[in-house]
Amino acid sequence: MIRVVLPAHLRGLVKVHDEIELEIQGPVTQRSVVDALEARYPMLCGTIRDHLTQQRRPFLRFFACEEDLSHELLDAPLPEAVASGEEPLLIIGAIAGG
Amino acid sequence: MSGVRVLVGTRKGAFILTSDGKRQKWDVSGPHFAGWEVYHMKGSPADPARLYASQTSGWFGQLIQRSSDGGKTWEPVDNKFVYDGVPGTHQWYDGTPHPWEFKRVWHLEPALHDPDTVYAGAEDAALFRTTDGGKSWQELSGLRGHGSGPHWQPGAGGMCLHTIILDPRNPERIYIAISAAGAFRTDDGGKSWQPINKGLYSKYIPNPTAEVGHCVHHIAMHSSRPGVLFMQKHWDVMRSDNAGESWEKISGNLPTDFGFVIDVHAHEPETIYVVPIKSDSEHFPMDGKLRVYRSRKGGNEWEELAKGLPERDCYVNVLRDAMAVDTLDKCGVYFGTTGGQVYASADAGDSWAPIVRDLPGVLSVEVQTLS
Repeated sequence: MIRVVLPAHLRGLVKVHDEIELEIQGPVTQRSVVDALEARYPMLCGTIRDHLTQQRRPFLRFFACEEDLSHELLDAPLPEAVASGEEPLLIIGAIAGG
Repeated sequence: MSGVRVLVGTRKGAFILTSDGKRQKWDVSGPHFAGWEVYHMKGSPADPARLYASQTSGWFGQLIQRSSDGGKTWEPVDNKFVYDGVPGTHQWYDGTPHPWEFKRVWHLEPALHDPDTVYAGAEDAALFRTTDGGKSWQELSGLRGHGSGPHWQPGAGGMCLHTIILDPRNPERIYIAISAAGAFRTDDGGKSWQPINKGLYSKYIPNPTAEVGHCVHHIAMHSSRPGVLFMQKHWDVMRSDNAGESWEKISGNLPTDFGFVIDVHAHEPETIYVVPIKSDSEHFPMDGKLRVYRSRKGGNEWEELAKGLPERDCYVNVLRDAMAVDTLDKCGVYFGTTGGQVYASADAGDSWAPIVRDLPGVLSVEVQTLS
């Protein structure tokens, strides 16, 4: 079981107040985590990554274990602490706009 | 008993204002979709309980929300807006080619007789349609495929398709407007389109009478006269009596003919409303006084409507989709400001009062008259 924390606007959209727990089959990567999120909450499609290119939206970042993982390859394994559920994957809206 | 429901889209969510037919006391619900920009929200003429909202964000992209109970509850529907085929390019601000990229939906226009059919006007400019209540969207690509598409250029707010008008007598005829491409019309249900900009004069573009390239801010039509159109252009208030084939200037005695909104009285098709804005570099009213102007003669002769509106120190704007009318007798007129006020007149504009004063900046106002 892995843990994911969504930004507040997306927590409101999917009507959860806390972190989300997900069961991931196979390698735990950015792609597999977002796949699992979108499978459970279809309204997230297009909000974290582009519908067509599947690229992360520019003003979102992926953090875990005090590291910015945003520019890691989509299929690169996330840290073991995330895969084991010890640490959450943080999806964060960039602080932008003044 | 009759009543009205005012649908307000703002920079930070949607609000629904309801009143009985007297339109004196109002209930306010919201914010719905708190923190998100709601560019537009509109109800189906075929089923007033069915509402659609365009919820958007620079961070999280586009969502479309649907309500089947008049806005009490909402469900997100499909948000995948994909341009048909190879998108191609339009012109960027500097005149270089720029790929067509979907950014947001500016306007949702539910069909007149089917609550599941809705048209969506997008930035970058394109027209989409759903026929299954928002479960899927398809582009009517004949518009963007019009030969002039590569020459379209964005206005200051982006290259948005912001106006969609459905002809109540001819289901094959639709009018749309794009900043800053101009107005277009289809007579075959969206397969093919023609620019309808003859008579527009825009001195700030290389060819002031070009077929396309005009910054049309909004167009309004009275349902009893679908061939008569009223336009607020960047500068100039215009009218057409031949379905857009040609336009004539009707600015007349307006103190300034820059502005964004324009609308038509529900029962008097020659009575029209605008909110004059000082200039394109100063997006606020003249002299700090918020004013609506009304013409009862279809233009040229305008009267200032001031009763109940701010007399001083008012420097808000009224954006293109932020005025609407109800169909009660007397006709109600509503508009919202970038300062978060929504003003209502229950006497066709003779007097005004704010329904709310402190919402986030208002992007759009629509009204449903409920029986």
